[in-house]
Amino acid sequence: MYNTLKNLDRRWIFLSMLLAVSIPILAKLVFPEEVSTQSKMVFDAIEDLPDGSNILLSYDFDPASQGELLPMAQAFTRHCCAKGHKQYYMALWPLGTPMVDLSVDTIKDEYPDMVYGENYVKFDYKAGGEAVIRMITQDLRGMFPLDSKGMSLDKIPMTKNIKNIQDMDLIINVSAGDPGTKQWVQFAATPFGITTVSGCTGVQAPQMYPYIPEQLAGVLGAIKAAAEYEAAIDEVYPAIAANKKAQEAKRRMGPQLVAHSLMIVLILLGNWVFFEGRKRGEA
Amino acid sequence: MSNVKQQSNGLIWAVIFVVGAIMLVWSMSTSRTGQVWITAEQHAFAQNADGDWAPTDPSSATSNDISWTTYSSVVDNELTDEMIESGDATMSWSRTIGLWLAAIFTLFILSFLVGDNPAYKFAEAMVVGTSAGYVMVIGIWDIFIPNLVGRLAPHLIQNWTLPGLDTSMGTQLLYIIPAILILMLLMQLMPTGAWLSRWPIAFFIGITAGYRMIGYVEADLVAQIKAAIIPLYQTGADGTFAFWATMNACILTIATLSTMVYFFFSVEHKGLVGKSARVGIWFLMITFGASFGYTVMGRIALLAQRLEFLFGDWLHLI
Repeated sequence: MYNTLKNLDRRWIFLSMLLAVSIPILAKLVFPEEVSTQSKMVFDAIEDLPDGSNILLSYDFDPASQGELLPMAQAFTRHCCAKGHKQYYMALWPLGTPMVDLSVDTIKDEYPDMVYGENYVKFDYKAGGEAVIRMITQDLRGMFPLDSKGMSLDKIPMTKNIKNIQDMDLIINVSAGDPGTKQWVQFAATPFGITTVSGCTGVQAPQMYPYIPEQLAGVLGAIKAAAEYEAAIDEVYPAIAANKKAQEAKRRMGPQLVAHSLMIVLILLGNWVFFEGRKRGEA
Repeated sequence: MSNVKQQSNGLIWAVIFVVGAIMLVWSMSTSRTGQVWITAEQHAFAQNADGDWAPTDPSSATSNDISWTTYSSVVDNELTDEMIESGDATMSWSRTIGLWLAAIFTLFILSFLVGDNPAYKFAEAMVVGTSAGYVMVIGIWDIFIPNLVGRLAPHLIQNWTLPGLDTSMGTQLLYIIPAILILMLLMQLMPTGAWLSRWPIAFFIGITAGYRMIGYVEADLVAQIKAAIIPLYQTGADGTFAFWATMNACILTIATLSTMVYFFFSVEHKGLVGKSARVGIWFLMITFGASFGYTVMGRIALLAQRLEFLFGDWLHLI
């Protein structure tokens, strides 16, 4: 046993992980989610706003983080649509724009009554990261003379009275790195007091928690928090609960459970091999 | 040892290929595996008496109206024989080829887990090349044209490509400065005069450093110090003692102080300082553990998404 484990080809571990993730997906394993305080804070930040509030959604991630962040981005979109909020989409990452398009497709498919320019609008990617944020806190048109369809902001009903993002009631940032939540906190939330919530990758999450509650109204850390957020939405909105497409994060928690269990077993076995080797004088 | 590795290698490949082939054959025999079916939707806009464009019935659109067709993919379990027979749904070859390319490239990238190979290198080069090309194109059309050229020659850009561009400000001469900085930056590519590119680079570094310094001082230093100074005795909304909130406040204070002591290297870590630093190490370890756990969760989520794509969109197994 000891020698087998000590000389085990690491590719067997990859294969076991592949099976640990594949089997729950094929078996469609879904577990109930308890809504944590953190996820409830994010839900409340959107839910407690009056219907039709102005919400800026910045998707600062790309396809490399799509598996982790798209479910929460889509959940934000559905929640905003259900509340009838006005949604202003933008991206600080070049490949964030196609991610925004996926949310716009969701609006078109699932909320056909929502009209572009009256209920939601999309801005194109702009380079500059924190400089873009800094600029739009003062002058939206200075950075976005046109929307993504090439229309002047003065001719779009929902943007003609918006001077800068200080007119927003909430900023939702979905972040995979830099520029991302840190920059939104540094250049919008802290200096101007604009209420901001974040949905971020697991790697970033521990760095974002210290900003709660003064600088961030809530953080969704990784797919687990996205699943809890979906559960919070499901409790209030039965139509979303009945939509299978709106359960993406919850569906992804099945593989997590099995894969994490495997990880724990592997860590225990690895430690046993290490201490056994030391006992045998091999380490 | 190398023989054992080779046997192990061959066995892993064999398992993957056999399982994959069985799944593919089974799926192709029972469903429309690897096919993308689409439905078409007609749209039309007509100009009204005021000259404004408004949606109109596509079937009655004339040559003076604007009409176009959009296509939506149909999820396999929503595709019915009636839709196919009536012609409402048609198979899209372009999307089907795209789906197969996505699936094959996913497998190429995952093949790196077994070992470095030409398929992985090819897929990696494709990702880098495609991303670079995409970023360059949107850089030109989303930033360079509307934000720079559109301000220096607004009427030209309005007539050429952006009819919605606001030209009321006229030519904004201030934007000549960034245009000159761009030209100076491009001098780096020239055989002579490359030194000119240092000026825009210096300008850029200066601006970025200034921006970041303000952000970090305000949001990460001052605001975080303020957030860390909290009463150790916490009360609830009704004014009674709140045990868990008090515990949280105490742990936060101890963790902050002990971790700061650990990074205080001007004093030898002995006695009280040493013990505090040791507590700080424990808090750091807990933080690293949490980060590692989160990272694992993130990576598994990415793998789950790709497998959902392969099993769902491509193989129609789920």
